[in-house]
Formats: sequence, C-alpha cells, structure tokens
Amino acid sequence: MTKYLLLKHYRGAPAAVNDVPMDQWTPDEVEAHIQFMNDFAATLERTGEVVDAQALSPDGMWVRHDGEGRPPVTDGPFAETKDLIAGWMVIDVDNQERAIELAGELSAAPGAGGKPIHEWLEVRPFLTAPPTVTE
Amino acid sequence: MDDVELRALVPRVLSVLVRRGVDFATAEDAVQEALIRALATWESAEPADPAGWLITVAWRAFLDMARSEAARRDREVRFDGAPPLDSAPSADDTLQLYFLCAHPDLTSSSAVALTLRAVGGLTTRQIAQAYLVPEPTMAQRISRAKRTISRTRLDRPGDPRTVMRVLYLVFNEGYSGDVDLAAEAIRLTGQLSSLSDDPEVDGLLALMLLHHARRPSRTGPDGRIVPLAEQDRSRWDTELITQGTTILQAALARDQLGEYQAQAAIAALHADAPRVEATDWTQIVEWYDELVRLADSPIVRLNRAVAVGEADGAPAGLAALTDVHEDVPRRQAVAAHLHEKNGDLEVAARLYAAAARDAPNLPEREHQARQAARLNQQLRHRT
Repeated sequence: MTKYLLLKHYRGAPAAVNDVPMDQWTPDEVEAHIQFMNDFAATLERTGEVVDAQALSPDGMWVRHDGEGRPPVTDGPFAETKDLIAGWMVIDVDNQERAIELAGELSAAPGAGGKPIHEWLEVRPFLTAPPTVTE
Repeated sequence: MDDVELRALVPRVLSVLVRRGVDFATAEDAVQEALIRALATWESAEPADPAGWLITVAWRAFLDMARSEAARRDREVRFDGAPPLDSAPSADDTLQLYFLCAHPDLTSSSAVALTLRAVGGLTTRQIAQAYLVPEPTMAQRISRAKRTISRTRLDRPGDPRTVMRVLYLVFNEGYSGDVDLAAEAIRLTGQLSSLSDDPEVDGLLALMLLHHARRPSRTGPDGRIVPLAEQDRSRWDTELITQGTTILQAALARDQLGEYQAQAAIAALHADAPRVEATDWTQIVEWYDELVRLADSPIVRLNRAVAVGEADGAPAGLAALTDVHEDVPRRQAVAAHLHEKNGDLEVAARLYAAAARDAPNLPEREHQARQAARLNQQLRHRT
C-alpha cells in the first residue's frame, strides 16, 4: 500500500477545461457538485482507501523567525503567490494506477452546465518508511 | 445504569478521594481508571452500590499508583490499605472541582479537556475523538493541565464565569464523534446550576436548552445549513423550549441580568414564534441593546444589525452594520442578506460569493455559494 496526496489548488494549477467560478453556476449545478463530492468521499470510505480529507481557507500568512528575543515576522497573504492550496485528500491505495484513477474520478466533478470541471489535481506519493528487507 | 448516569457519579467519587487527602492529579487518574473498569465490567454485572464500587476501585487504583511511585522513589507509602472514614463530600467540594478544571491559568482547550474528563467523566479517548485529535495528544494536554493547576491553590472562591465560559465552549464547538458534546455541556451546566446560586448559570442553561431544541431543524439530511427563517418549526423540541423558558423566567425574576440571560431571552423570543413572520424583532433588538451594554462585542453588533434589519427595514440594518468592522467574520454574509432584502441583488450576489470564499467551514461555504448562485440566476433571468 502506498499513500498519495491529492492536492486541490485555489491558484497555481493549470486552467481546468470547464473553468467557471461556482457563483456563476445555477443552483442545481451547485447542488450536483456538492452531491458528487459527498458521494466520492463516502465511496472511498467504503472501499477503505481514505486516510484524511481537509479543506483550507484561502487566507493565511507567511511567518519566519526574526532572531532571538524578537517576535516572528509575519507577512502576506500575497495575492501574487502562484500556488495556493485549497485542500487535500490522503488516500492509501495499492499502486499508482489506482491513485491516478481516483484523481481522475475526482477531477470529473460536475461544474457549470453540469459538465465535468476537468480540474487538474496534483498527485504526490508520500515518502514511506524504509522496508525491512533491503537486499 | 447507563453511561450518563455512571458519569454523573464521577465528581462525587473524585471529591471523596480528594477529601481523603489524595492530590487532585492522582485522584483524577485513579477515578479515570475506575471509570474505564466500570465501563468494561458493568455491562455484565452492575454493582448494587455503583458509587461505592467506584470509590473502592478508585481508592485501590490510587494505592497501586502510590505503591509503584513509592517503589520508584524508594520511599514508604503514606497511605495503608484501609481507607479513612468518609464524610460525604459537600456541594462546595464538587463546585471546587469545577473551578479547578476551569482555572484561569489554563488555556481554553486545556480547561475544556480537563472539565470533560474530571467533571464529565469522559475518557481521554472519547474526548480525543470528539475534538478530532490523536489520543496521545489529548492525554498530554490533560496531564499538562493537571500539572498547571497542581501549582495553584484554591484558597479563595473560584469565579463561576470561568466555568461558564468553558461549558459554553463545549456547547458551541461541538464536533462529531460518539459523544454528544452539546448534550454533555447541558448536563454539566445543569449540575453546576444545582450547586451554585448564580442566575447567570441558569441563563446559560436556558440558552443551551433553547438552542438545543432547534438542533434537529438546523441542518438538512446532507449536513447543509438550514437558516433560522427556513427551519421547519414543527421539528423544534417543544419540551426543551418549555424547560428553557421556565428556567430563564425564574432567572430573570431575580433581577441580576447578565449576558447569558440576555442571549437566552433572544433565543426564547425566536423559539416563541410559531412562524418566522411572527417573530417579535422589536423586542429582540431591545435585548441586543442590553447585550451591547452588558458585553459589547463585534459579533453582538453584527447580530444586532440583522435584528434591526428585520425590525426597522433593510436600510436601518445596513446603517447598523456600519458599526461593525469589515474584518468581523460573517459580516459579508450579513451584508449580503441585508442588500438582498433591500433589492440590491447585484451587490448581494457579489457579497455572497465573497462570504463563500471567506467562510470558516464547509457547510457555511456551500450555503453562501448556493445563495450567490441563486441570485446570479435571478439576475440572468432578468436581463
């Protein structure tokens, strides 16, 4: 089993095929999208492949150490930051093919006009614990 | 005896151990140990005297802990096997436990965790599940909290306000899990109310009951938010509403108004309206004015603006909103609602979209996105 991170971006992913902001969809299209996402999560729970799913606020900031005895420096959020993560799903699957298959299904979530968004999702394998048998 | 009845015994058992001279942190560990054993064994054979059983088992657990600690430090055990004679713990003893667990030296999250364990009788695992953190994290949080309060002495009366704040947090930030934290908060506040003589505790209890009464109608089957105006009021729990209103009226009659009583009064006025159109918004605004006087906060002013919008019309509500800073959470959602009410759909749609982006949780985000989509559809049909 390997864990993969499926990353969804507010910004930074290549443009989706059906790239219309949600507030321009019809209420029925919004409903269909939410239903799809709930069903997808429920299916992965049933198959025993989901580890965690979280959504992130678009707000945040950058923080760094500013020397002994000084409070940390904060900055941002920066509108020009290229890469802004919206959320993730951690899955534990048999192989990369399955990870790609699931990301593909998720990317087919319906959007404007009830058609798939074709959103690009980032799929990243976790670094694993070293194996017992190495030779 | 069900789980709740079992846990109701916990403060008393803990008081007995502390009375016998066991320090709070160790006594609390021993009670937790007894509780876990009770949960494991009582299902098949419940003892005739549950409280006595818990005290005996907790005392033995304490002796075991003391012996292994003594062995580790190569010291004599101060306690021998026979427990000292008990004098029954008083209400004040139990009340002290509440004060200790909500001690102002503790952070909110520590006070919440310690209260749920030491007074509520929940296990570390249950609390961890309820707050979606790993069990070792929660265990560490609780033992740190106990170390913090072991340095404090309770030689002066505690402040009920600190306890109420903790219980309010438990009620208001109820997460999922096996344990119904809202019901647990109500149970503990009811217990606190029977121990103390502060009408604000009753105000808090009434507030919780009145909100709890509306819970079944507040979310749809898929977890979606159903706003107050659209809730199916036939699903409100009339028994809880009666209970909450009765408690509130008795508290108000004592003429020591406080913020929880004022908040409960607002909840009671909502509960009192059989249809949303029958809501007495004028009185609700008056209570918000009281709240601003008693405990001014941006959130109170934000909610007041909503009430003003209903009582005196959207323009008045928007005027009231100018008092509220732009950064206050949910301000955009309220502004959107008031602009929609005022007929300014384009501004409202934009604000709903902004509210969706800034929403603090997913159900709220989805709710605001639906509102934006609904208005944008209306606007498209218009042109």
